[in-house]
Amino acid sequence: MSDPAAEHLIDVQHLHVDFHGQKILKDISVSIEAGETVAVIGESGCGKTVFMKTIVGLIPPTRGTLRFDGHDLSTLSPPALSDVRRRFGFVFQNAALFDSMTIFDNVAFPMRQSTTADDDEIHERVLKHLQEVGLPPTVISKRPSELSGGMRKRVGIARAIILQPELVVYDEPTTGLDPIMSDVINELMLDVRRRYPVTSVIVTHDMRTAQKVSDRVLMFYPRARLDKDEPQVLYDGPPAGLDQCKDERVRQFVRGEAGQRLMEITG
Amino acid sequence: MSLSVSTQNDPAPRRPENGSVTIRDMLYAWVVQWGAAVVNGVATVGDIALFAWQMLVWIFTRLPQRGTLLVNFYQIGVLSLPVVALTGTFIGMVLAVQSYYQFHAIGLESHLGVVINTSLVRELGPVLAATMLAGRVGSAMAAVLGTMRVTEQIDALTTMGADPIHYLVVPRFLACIFLIPALTIMADFMGIVGGYFYSVMVLDIDHAAYLTHSRDGVVGFDLFSGIFKSVFFGGMIAVISCYQGFHCKPGAEGVGKAATQAFVYSFVMILAIDLFLNIILDKIYFAMYPAGANIL
Repeated sequence: MSDPAAEHLIDVQHLHVDFHGQKILKDISVSIEAGETVAVIGESGCGKTVFMKTIVGLIPPTRGTLRFDGHDLSTLSPPALSDVRRRFGFVFQNAALFDSMTIFDNVAFPMRQSTTADDDEIHERVLKHLQEVGLPPTVISKRPSELSGGMRKRVGIARAIILQPELVVYDEPTTGLDPIMSDVINELMLDVRRRYPVTSVIVTHDMRTAQKVSDRVLMFYPRARLDKDEPQVLYDGPPAGLDQCKDERVRQFVRGEAGQRLMEITG
Repeated sequence: MSLSVSTQNDPAPRRPENGSVTIRDMLYAWVVQWGAAVVNGVATVGDIALFAWQMLVWIFTRLPQRGTLLVNFYQIGVLSLPVVALTGTFIGMVLAVQSYYQFHAIGLESHLGVVINTSLVRELGPVLAATMLAGRVGSAMAAVLGTMRVTEQIDALTTMGADPIHYLVVPRFLACIFLIPALTIMADFMGIVGGYFYSVMVLDIDHAAYLTHSRDGVVGFDLFSGIFKSVFFGGMIAVISCYQGFHCKPGAEGVGKAATQAFVYSFVMILAIDLFLNIILDKIYFAMYPAGANIL
């Protein structure tokens, strides 16, 4: 394509997002290349989830441009936006499985929605992807409420990759899981990357996930804590460089130290 | 696309140094509060209209899959039948109890059926069926969609290329508008049966006289007007309840509030629409039957 923005899979320029008059994201410019695995880290309220929902078109930007493979998402008609969204897979924080459906119907949903595949093909693909995330065929008739948190999250991953998307977005994939299950999810994310040519964006505050899975880290900082002209992305680089970052706030987050924040809370 | 006006950032009324609040300050606060409420109200009505418009666009461009429609038709229509039938029966009997003594006093108890049946077919049947639908289905729709909103299931639909209004709202709306006439007919029928049963079996009114007078009292237009109104009630219940679910605030309290508001707003709108449609239908009725209603 002749459009220079199309060179990047995701190209965000001067993105602003406001909610009820409150500035959540201010002047964010980030590009993500095809095949990259980018971890977006930051404390609660820093806008990382809003950023992620904005790049998949769930939240409209207040200002700025957002391009996916050269398409400006804010100018697309609803059917065209739906077509672009089929190239995304989204793993929600609490899996967001449809609790009125069985596990089979949940994983099959994107295929039934977007393809003309017959029942046999859908059945085969659902079982294949459930196996890839380590779930036995016996789970297909169960309801989401009958599964553990880790299993639900794995079903969420199977559902997100069934259409073999170009971009997989994970929203806090290890939050609320025990350390063993967190590592299982980390390995699954690496496995997805090995199996399929995907670009991944992982929103997390789990440093182990960021260090182990990503090859680039973006650290966001809450807008309210920044000076007027300070950039909201405090760090953009490889995970190995986080410890040596000159910015004290980045090192503090990586080490998980409350520092002055404790004084603010306790007075 | 929810619009709201916050009063939080508005400047607080100035307090005099002695700490007392002047009448001017109270008036200022009152105007701010009412102004915000009016602006919020207008914005919400506009928001609901946009929501309904998006739904109508989907209805005329692409209908949901048959399986999705059938599940909703079953849950909304078929499962509501027993409760509508039961309440219809009771309301018919209550009408008989309430009207008997007045009619008995002037010796016209054999005309009781006319009053019971006309009231049921024109007014109580459709309003009762709609109220039961709002209570049983409207609040459940708001709670289900609200929970789906809070647990990001609606966002999940969007990310998988399924439009939530097309997938969730359109089938519920169609089920409500197509099946509320059947529920209304059920409420009418069971009310008529209940009224007849109580009048003839308990109040000992002559069976043949009751039926003859009943037959003379209700015209086809009465039945039509009741069913016609019910379609508007059904559509309103679906739009209001789905809107409440889609704009549910997070948490258990948010879902509870959405379910309650779905019923309360639906009920108020049922009665408001009932008034306006009755005014219009009466004009049509008197145009068609210039002699006017003649129930006795």
